[in-house]
Amino acid sequence: MKFGVIVFPGSNCDHDAYHVLSKHVGQPVDFVWHKQTDLSGYDALIVPGGFSYGDYLRAGALAKFSPVMKSVKDFAAAGKFVFGVCNGFQILCEAGLLPGALMRNKDLHFVCRHVNVRVENGATPFTSELEQGEVLSIPVAHAEGNYVCDDATLAELENNNQIVFRYCDENGETTTEANPNGSLSNIAGISNREGNVLGMMPHPERACEELLGSNDGRDIFRSLTKAIEKSES
Amino acid sequence: MKAKVYVTLKPSVLDPQGKAIHHSVELLGYEQIEDVRQGKYFEIALGANVSEIDAQQTAERIAKNVLANPVIEDYRVEIGS
Repeated sequence: MKFGVIVFPGSNCDHDAYHVLSKHVGQPVDFVWHKQTDLSGYDALIVPGGFSYGDYLRAGALAKFSPVMKSVKDFAAAGKFVFGVCNGFQILCEAGLLPGALMRNKDLHFVCRHVNVRVENGATPFTSELEQGEVLSIPVAHAEGNYVCDDATLAELENNNQIVFRYCDENGETTTEANPNGSLSNIAGISNREGNVLGMMPHPERACEELLGSNDGRDIFRSLTKAIEKSES
Repeated sequence: MKAKVYVTLKPSVLDPQGKAIHHSVELLGYEQIEDVRQGKYFEIALGANVSEIDAQQTAERIAKNVLANPVIEDYRVEIGS
């Protein structure tokens, strides 16, 4: 099993993801520079957070033209796992690997704090170690996390159980107050239709150690590891 | 030959930045302003020997594939010198 963490100019959560995968998940992991196009050695790719290309034009808009992204599309089409966090989620939406877009937060603030998210689908390769309805405490840090899509896409996301995480309060209620950025339907994370590509705004790689205030993010990486083991057997 | 590309949010998409600008404009005393929407403007310089039709087509493709996100934005191209 091998993980790859893609590094774009301006990525800044790549080392956090690498640290969690190597230290806490205990699996081999490489940094993958965005000019690399051969992804044949990897079972799962992390598209990390940060400010790829300085967020110029739109967050994630320029990263989608990096050479690695064509290979990432082929990688995802082959059913392998792709996990985008924060800027990674924005990149996957811009690249068309996930539907919708992430706009400027409704209140215009850069929001940087722990939020609660509810597991809406506990049967994905990224959430199998979690219970449906479980509430996780994971930090967000973004200015463009306001998820939008058209009505038809939202209906499709709901019908196919592609909404994987929703912002909620500590009791698991998806209230407007618990929504940190104005996201449609409190959406914090979605998968593609096939379920092998996940994007989320909260940072689970920053929630893997008690010292950092929460280790609720670990089970997401553990789920992914199990999914890879299953796909190998 | 110059292509001017205007990228604007689709009418159905809320524009929090435009709302904040609107609010500031109101604070200046312009009470008759009904709405402000923020967009982006690009100038693309093309070679002098590019025809107007080619310039239009090239700019449209660039606008569609790079400058605008069709999920949330519309674009308009103007060709000039």
